[in-house]
Amino acid sequence: MSNFFKETDIDTSQAEAIVTETLKNCDDGELYLENHKSEAIVLDDNKIKSSTYNSDQGYGFRAVTGEVVAYSHSNDISKESLRKSSENLKDTLKSKKGTYNHEIPKTNSKYYENINPIESKTFNSKIDLLNSVNNYLRSKGSIVNQVTANFLGEHKSIEIIRSDNQVLKDDRPLVRFNVSVVLEKDGKKETGVYGVGGRQSYDDYLKDGSWKDVCDEAFRIANVNLESKPAPAGEMKVVLGPGWPAILIHEAIGHGLEGDFNRKKTSAFHNLMGQQVASEGVTIVDDGTLHQRRGSLTIDDEGTPTENTVLIENGILKNYMQDRLNARLMGTKSTGSGRRESYKHVVLPRMRNTMMLSGKYSQDEMISSVDKGIFAVSFGGGQVDITSGKFVFNCTEAYEINNGKIGSPIKGATLIGDGPSILKEVSLVGNDMKLDPGIGTCGKAGQGVPVGVAQPSILINKMTVGGTKL
Amino acid sequence: MIRDQEFLKDIASYCIENSKKLGATDVGVKVIHSVSENVSFRNKKLDESNRADSFAVNLTTYIEKKKSSINSSDLSKSNLEKLIERCIDATKITPSDENNSLPDKDLMSKEIRDLNLYDETHYPNDKKIEFLKNVEETASTDEKIVNTEAGFTENKNNFILANSNGFLGGYKTSNFSSSCVAVSRINGAMERDYEFGSTRFLQDMMKPEEIGKIAADKAIKKLGPKKIKSEKIGVIFDKRISKGILSTLASAISASAIARGTSFLKDQINSEVFPNSINIIDDPKIEKGLGSQNFDSEGVETNSLKLVENGILKNYLIDTYYGKKLNLKSNGRSGGTTNLYFENGTLSFKDLLNSEKKFLYITETIGHGGNIITGDYSVGASGFMVEDGEFTYPVSEITIAGNFKEMFKNITLANDLQMKYSTNAPTLLINQMTVAGK
Repeated sequence: MSNFFKETDIDTSQAEAIVTETLKNCDDGELYLENHKSEAIVLDDNKIKSSTYNSDQGYGFRAVTGEVVAYSHSNDISKESLRKSSENLKDTLKSKKGTYNHEIPKTNSKYYENINPIESKTFNSKIDLLNSVNNYLRSKGSIVNQVTANFLGEHKSIEIIRSDNQVLKDDRPLVRFNVSVVLEKDGKKETGVYGVGGRQSYDDYLKDGSWKDVCDEAFRIANVNLESKPAPAGEMKVVLGPGWPAILIHEAIGHGLEGDFNRKKTSAFHNLMGQQVASEGVTIVDDGTLHQRRGSLTIDDEGTPTENTVLIENGILKNYMQDRLNARLMGTKSTGSGRRESYKHVVLPRMRNTMMLSGKYSQDEMISSVDKGIFAVSFGGGQVDITSGKFVFNCTEAYEINNGKIGSPIKGATLIGDGPSILKEVSLVGNDMKLDPGIGTCGKAGQGVPVGVAQPSILINKMTVGGTKL
Repeated sequence: MIRDQEFLKDIASYCIENSKKLGATDVGVKVIHSVSENVSFRNKKLDESNRADSFAVNLTTYIEKKKSSINSSDLSKSNLEKLIERCIDATKITPSDENNSLPDKDLMSKEIRDLNLYDETHYPNDKKIEFLKNVEETASTDEKIVNTEAGFTENKNNFILANSNGFLGGYKTSNFSSSCVAVSRINGAMERDYEFGSTRFLQDMMKPEEIGKIAADKAIKKLGPKKIKSEKIGVIFDKRISKGILSTLASAISASAIARGTSFLKDQINSEVFPNSINIIDDPKIEKGLGSQNFDSEGVETNSLKLVENGILKNYLIDTYYGKKLNLKSNGRSGGTTNLYFENGTLSFKDLLNSEKKFLYITETIGHGGNIITGDYSVGASGFMVEDGEFTYPVSEITIAGNFKEMFKNITLANDLQMKYSTNAPTLLINQMTVAGK
């Protein structure tokens, strides 16, 4: 039984009938229902700055025929609203005729528990912990200028009603705990940010004082940056640390391997399937099945079970990430990568947890092989132009390398590269693959979805570092 | 269609009354309804149609100096009743903050002026389709264009903002926007560019042929880019991106960044931040303006502000909370700037291009490389080399870097300001930035 029609003038079987009738001449489509509860509690400037609770519910009704997507969404779950949406979809597709594909794989796997993290920790204990974070960091001395910390928690229930009464459901918890600290020394200010999270309860990430580790890490990064000198400008060797720096993979090649851009031939990768796009030691996967990870999903937002999709194997391009629409038009199967930010958004092929797998080299070997370059340990955000393939990301913790030795920290700089060629410049792949701490959100077409990344240390032969020092 | 004021007022009053009944000493609420219809085309064929009908209620309750908020899209009274209760419960146990309060009564907006922000014209989807056909027809004339995408969105919005001090106001707004993205190809390498128009009134929309032609021309001009050598050089920002400098300024002079001490412009009020030729204005009362408003997100009256006068920083952007922290009155900027712009410079676009032998002309930046705390700036960029006033070749895979404090002091403006967005700047030169390339 559906929970979505309880306090409405419509019941499940009536809704199913509208769905079946609307989609009868379509290739695909569904009624997607979503109930989303979220909270944000923010400590800033020694005070609880805000506490917000959001409750959102609605539906997105989609009909697809050929390449055309008709979509109508509303937060009014009622007979009249659904009928209006149905008319709207049928009107858009009136000149088209399709054959509904009923096939959708089923799964019994579950990659997270159905808990509501907002309710599983009391409001008071969240406030107490935020205050403890503030006190703990400020006890590190007068150098601490500003402390911000927050809890972000959510619980999302979704239901997908497909033609002929197929119903698929998922309940998704998600939390994130962030700490940001600004240090000031000799008139110079720098920030350090760190966070943890995933699809469990807050306490799974914070218990036994592990919240202090989050604080310590934010403090350490800010402290390193206080000593930073201007970054160099120009092409040089770059060693990336393990874990979160894998947003390079996400930006440089992940987006370019999403099905829609390749079907539309607007991705720089669209004619490279089966070809060597990376050095031989490079294998990259996009995995939605890791337990409790931020980017994991039991089923995607079209109801397809997620999987571990091999994108690049030993340097050869093997697969794109697909939703149902792009898979159908490209004559392949959905990889369970159809995602949407909410019922207000159409499905797009998206990344889940994108990972470069371990090779055989140690990080020390990489650093000692570099005469002049930089060692990048942590990043802020990144961005890519999928058509030209050019991508950037911003270092938030980086060091110079001189004659095989790590030198001074350098100021945050943007690194820029070319997606299709960057992986050919990866000369050494480390043996130390690490997952990111669970903090990533990927933006595409105005939609944000939680994602994960992972990689070992890697050595890139040549990349442009956007510093100020020539 | 869009719901009327009475419907929204009824919900707002319900929220205020119920919150007070449960013990709130002050209440602020916003109720919004929006309807949006979008059609998109790809390669001259219909690609997507999207209709959105959304309600939202944002409620903040205060018990003395304690505060908490809820947001919901479900306006049913049974749902609101539960959420109000939850909000009050959270308010009770949230620590007090002496700066929490509704805005001062005497600052509230007294009358609502018709700023011409609502066009009731409905542009049916088949008209949108016709418009988009024309956009793409023009965009794909040249055989170097291998892919086009175009979209048209019509948006109608109505809202009520109210608080327990008796403020209640709201009005309808509309927005029509259209865009075209063109992908060009030569020798297997592709480039992408776009054009975009956004207006309050349908009749003011750019012609479809114009949108298509600009997107295609720009995408073709970018083909065959070179990576240049790292050097220090004057960088000209195209009008499409020069407004980014103003967005940075806005973040750096927001009362929150100033009060928290996390702005590179802290303690710079009344000091020279730009060359003395520069004036920066934020004017909420421009007729048909994309950023126009009668009052800010707290209901405080907003009027035109000279943020920078003759190069001197004159005003912060102040809301109630951070205003109290800074001992300043709100100037109606809760929610940020409105129609923000540089006053025109004196040089023509042509004279600016000719003012030195060689420039890097940037049409696009990527990445989020601005740091408001330190002022450090480093982003990916693409554009053109300009030599002796002429565009010579496209440039990509480079970065530009500097520090906002110095960049601001080295700005020269052209006199080609256009009010196309809510934040607008003329073509802008920054003398000497570091470019990293080969």
